Amino acid sequence: MSQVNRLSGGQIDTGQTLQFKFDGKSFTGHTGDTLASALLANGVRLMGRSFKYHRPRGALTAGSEEPNALVELRSGARQEPNTRATTTELFDGLLANSQNKLGSLKFDLLSINDRFSNFLSAGFYYKTFMWPAAFWEKVYEPIIRNAAGLGSLSLQDDPDVYDKGFLHCDLLIIGAGPAGLAAALTAGRAGADVILADEDFRMGGRLNSETFALGDHSGADWADATVAELAALPNVRLMARTTVIGAFDHGIYGAVERVSDHLPTPEANKPRQILWRIYTKRTVLAAGAIERPIAFENNDRPGIMLGSALRTYANRFAVAADKRVAIFTNNDDGHRTAADLHARGVKIAAVVDVRPDAPRSTDYEVLHGEVVNTKGRLGLTFAEVRLGDGSTRTLECGALGMSGGWNPNVHMTCHQRGRPTWNNDIAAFVPGGELPPGMSVAGAANGDLSTAGALTGGVAATTAALKELGFKTKKHTLPQTEDAPVNLTPYWYVEGCKRAWLDQQNDVTVKDVQLSHQEGFRSVEHLKRYTTLGMATDQGKTSNMGGLAIMAELAGKTIPEVGTTIFRPPYTPTAIGVLAGRHTGQDFHPKRLTPSHKWATEQGAVFVEVGNWLRAQWFPRAGETTWRQSVDREVLATRKSVGVCDVTTLGKIDVQGADAAAFLNKVYCNGFAKLAVGKTRYGLMLREDGIAMDDGTAGRLAEDHFVVTTTTANALPVYRHMEFVRQCLFPDMDVQLISTTEAWAQYAVAGPNSRKLLEKIVDQDISNDAFPFMACMNTTVCGGLRARLFRISFSGELAYEIAVPTAYGDALMRKIIEAGAEFDVTPYGTEALGVMRIEKGHAAGNELNGTTTALNLGMGRMVSKAKDSIGSKLSEREGLNTADALAQVGIKPIDPNDPVPAGAHLMKADGPVDAAHDQGYATSACFSPNLGHAIAIGFLKDGANRMGEKMRLVSPLTGVDVNVEIVSAHFIDPEGERLRA
Amino acid sequence: MIIEHPLLGPRDSAEFTYMGDARLIDRPDASSETAARDFYEYGYLRENPAGWHDELWFHEAGDRSWLVVTRNTLTHEISKVEMARDVARSRGRSK
Repeated sequence: MSQVNRLSGGQIDTGQTLQFKFDGKSFTGHTGDTLASALLANGVRLMGRSFKYHRPRGALTAGSEEPNALVELRSGARQEPNTRATTTELFDGLLANSQNKLGSLKFDLLSINDRFSNFLSAGFYYKTFMWPAAFWEKVYEPIIRNAAGLGSLSLQDDPDVYDKGFLHCDLLIIGAGPAGLAAALTAGRAGADVILADEDFRMGGRLNSETFALGDHSGADWADATVAELAALPNVRLMARTTVIGAFDHGIYGAVERVSDHLPTPEANKPRQILWRIYTKRTVLAAGAIERPIAFENNDRPGIMLGSALRTYANRFAVAADKRVAIFTNNDDGHRTAADLHARGVKIAAVVDVRPDAPRSTDYEVLHGEVVNTKGRLGLTFAEVRLGDGSTRTLECGALGMSGGWNPNVHMTCHQRGRPTWNNDIAAFVPGGELPPGMSVAGAANGDLSTAGALTGGVAATTAALKELGFKTKKHTLPQTEDAPVNLTPYWYVEGCKRAWLDQQNDVTVKDVQLSHQEGFRSVEHLKRYTTLGMATDQGKTSNMGGLAIMAELAGKTIPEVGTTIFRPPYTPTAIGVLAGRHTGQDFHPKRLTPSHKWATEQGAVFVEVGNWLRAQWFPRAGETTWRQSVDREVLATRKSVGVCDVTTLGKIDVQGADAAAFLNKVYCNGFAKLAVGKTRYGLMLREDGIAMDDGTAGRLAEDHFVVTTTTANALPVYRHMEFVRQCLFPDMDVQLISTTEAWAQYAVAGPNSRKLLEKIVDQDISNDAFPFMACMNTTVCGGLRARLFRISFSGELAYEIAVPTAYGDALMRKIIEAGAEFDVTPYGTEALGVMRIEKGHAAGNELNGTTTALNLGMGRMVSKAKDSIGSKLSEREGLNTADALAQVGIKPIDPNDPVPAGAHLMKADGPVDAAHDQGYATSACFSPNLGHAIAIGFLKDGANRMGEKMRLVSPLTGVDVNVEIVSAHFIDPEGERLRA
Repeated sequence: MIIEHPLLGPRDSAEFTYMGDARLIDRPDASSETAARDFYEYGYLRENPAGWHDELWFHEAGDRSWLVVTRNTLTHEISKVEMARDVARSRGRSK
C-alpha cells in the first residue's frame, strides 16, 4: 500500500520521498508532510486510543490544537510521548508508535473500558473508589496510574541541549497568516525592527490551505513571495517553527523555537529548542482562528475531522482523508470544504446542513438535517442522518468534516486576566476588555474571518502601532481576495445525543456536562474541574466552546453570561527541558570555587556544596575508610598542633566612611562605637522583629574603616540588609559599603602552634603582647605581599584568620602547608570546622535559625540598651523574654555509646513524651573525638538553670530515645584560656 | 517586568530583589514614648492594596541601589521609579 489517498499538487515536494515507521510498519511520505498527513496519505486513519475509554481515534485537526493524534516519537533516550502527529514534520527515518493501549492499536485490551462507560462518567473517581479507604493507596491508585497517562517516558536523560535567548524588537507579530504577513510587510517596509513568529514550519497560515487567489496569485504563492520579500529586509527576523507561548508583563513574550525537532537528531552544536524572551514595544496578534466541531453520537471515530482540516490535508498536503467524504455544517464554510474536495476528485457523499436555507450545489447533494450517529469500529464507515422531514438516511463515507464555526484565537489577549467578549455575528468570543499593554489584534484572531478582512486588519493594526512609535508607514495596495461574509446558525450539539464527544483528549461527552450540571456544578470553573473538560494538553481548544454552550442552555443563560475559563500560558504544551535550558545537572546553578580549590583537589579533598560554593568537606588520607576517621584526625591534629581551613566563603563587607562606626552601631545589636582601631569584635545582627539574623566579626582597621564578616549562607542577604539600612534608613550617614568576599582569600590557622607557623609567614611581630586575642591589622606576608590578619577563633584554639588578595590565595595555602610541615600542619574541611565549633559551643546557622533571639542564644545582655539598633526595640517584647525562654545548652549522652541526633526533642526524664510537654530540641550534633562520645548543642526552656538535669532526647520519627544530661555548651576550654594563649 | 532605573534606564526585573512596602523607610523613633507600639506597627502592619503600591526593589545584580517603585499590583503597570535614598531624605530621614 503506497500513499493510496495522495492527490496531486499541494505544498509538498513529491520529488523527495521519505521513509518512516508507525507501529513498526513502514510507510513513505514527502518533504513538506506532517506525520498525520503522511499517515492519511497511506490510508491510515487510526492513530491512537483515547485517554479513558480507549476508543479508536484519528486526527481531528491539522494543527497544534489536535486532541487525538498523539504519538510516541523517536526511540531510546529521545523518545517523546504525546507528540502531536499533526504538527510533527516528517523526516526520513522517523519512528513513531501509538500510545495508551494494552496490546495493539487495533485490539486494545483496555477498550473494555468503553463497555463500562456508565461507571466511568464525570467524577467517577470521586464516587467509585471511596471505600474501603485503605484500598486507595494499595489497589485503586496503582491501577489508575497504570491505565492513565497516555504516552510513556524513556526514563533516560535527554541527550539534547536546550537554550535560552533574549530578543528585542519594535514590533512582534504573532502568526504569519494573511493578517500577520500584511502586518510584517507594512512594518518591514517602514523600517521598524520586526519579529514575525509562526508555529508552523511553513509561513502563510490558512493561505496554504485555501484555494482562493490573492490578486493574480494563489494564496500560497502570495505567501511565498511575501516571505521572500521579508527575508530580504535586514530589519525583519522571520521565525518559523516558533510558538509564542505567553504574553507577560510590560510587553515581554515567551516563545519556543523548535530548532531541531524536524531533524532526526540536532546538527552538531545546535540546540533542540530555544526558549526566547522577546522584549517588544508593540505586538500584533495575528494568531488566526480554530474551527470547532459539532457534538453528535459517536462523533469521535477515526475519519471524523474538522472541515478545515480536510481542506488543509487536500490543498496543502495533497491528501484526501478518504475517497468518500461527508460534511456536517451549520455555516457556509462547510460548503467551501465540499467544493474544494469535489474539485480535487473526492466523492462528496453529501453536505448535511442544519440550516433549511443552506446554499445548494449542482456538484453534490446538500441535505437539510443533522448527523445523529456513525458506524465503523476502527474508522468511520457510515453516517446516519436525520433529515429535516424526520426521515433518516445512511451515508457511506470514510471521512466526515465538521464545521461548527470558527473561534478566534484570543488566548494571548487573556494572559493578563483580560476577558474576551461575545460577538453574535460569528457566535464566538473575540478579544475584548483590556488587552496586554502594547498589543493589538488583527485578522481572524480579531473576528475578521475573511481573507480581505485579515489583510486590511493586519495593515491597520500595524500602522496604528507604528505611529505610536514614531514610524511613518507607506500606503501599499493590497491584493483583491476572498471577502465572504459569515453565514452561520449557532449549533453545538445534536438534540438527544449522549455519548457525543466534546473533549476528545480527556474523553468528556455531552452527557458528562449534563451530569455535572445535574450534580450542582454551576460555575464554568467547576464544570472544568469536575468533568476535566479542557484540562488536557490541548487545553480545550476544540472543546471548551461546546461545553460552555451546553452549560448555558442547561442553566438558561447566554454563553457570555456563563463566560470562559481563564486562558493561561503556555499556548501549546512546552517541554520542561526548554524551560530549564542549560540549567541542568552540574550547570543547574553557578559554581563558585574557593582560592584553594585547585590545591584541595590535588589533596583529594571531598567537596560539599554550600550555596553555590564548593568547599572541602574533609581531606581523606591513605588508609582512612570512613569520613569519620578523616574528620576525627583533622580535629585532633588541629587541637594538638595546628590546622588550616579555607574560610574565604564567609561574607566580607568593607565598611568605610566617617560614620562607619555609627553605622555598625545601628546594624549590630551590640556596641561598636568604642571599638579601638586594631581590634575585632563579635557582632550579632538582629532583624527588626528582634530575631537573630546573622553573626560575625567586625575588625576596625582604621578610624573610618571596618571589615565585617558574615556567615557563608547570609553573605548576600546581610549585604542587602546593610544597604537597606544605609540607603533607606540613614541616607545621610557618611558610609560606603562594598562586598569583598571574592577579593580576599582567607584562611583560618588554628591550634597551639598556629602562632609559630604564622611567624614564619607574616612580616610583623605577632607575639601575644604585640597582637593579642581579637587584634586585627593590615600587614604584609612573605616579604611584602599585602595582607590582613585577624586573631579570631571559631575552633576555640589559639587561632588567626589571614587574608591576601584572591590572586595569591593558592600560593598562600601552599606556603602555609610548606611552612607548617615542621608542625604537622593539617588541612581541615567543613566537617572538622563544625565539630570544633560544636565542641566550643559556638552558634551557627542551626542555632541562628530564624526563630531564636539573642536571649535564646545566651547573648541577651549583648543587646545594648544604651543605643537604638535594628531589632533592639522589638527584642524587648514580653513574649520573647519569658522566664522559661529557650536557652542554649550542651547535651551529652549518659551512655557514651548513645547518639544525640540534631532535630530530636528534649523531654523530662519522668514526664510524658509528647508535643505538649516539649522542653526544647537539639540543633547541632557531632561525635567529639576529644571527649570520645557524641555531643550536641540545642535549646532548652530555662536552660541556663537546668545544668546537670537528666532528660530524654527523643525523635519518634527516627526511633531515637536517649537518656541525656544537660551541660554547658562549652565542652572544650570553657574558660577560654586557649584562645588567649 | 521592566523597571526604569533612574540611573541605568530600563532593566529586567530579574536583576532585582523585591522587599515589599516602601513604608519600611519610615522606621519609628526608638526614643519615643510610643516606640513599642510604633515598632510593632512598623514591623507587622502592612497595607495590601489591590492597586497602586510603593515598593522597595534592590538592584542586586546591578548597581546595588534600593529603589522605590510605584507599581499597580493588579496590572503590574509601573508609574514611577525613584532612588530610595532620595525618597528617604524627602521623608525627613538623615543620620
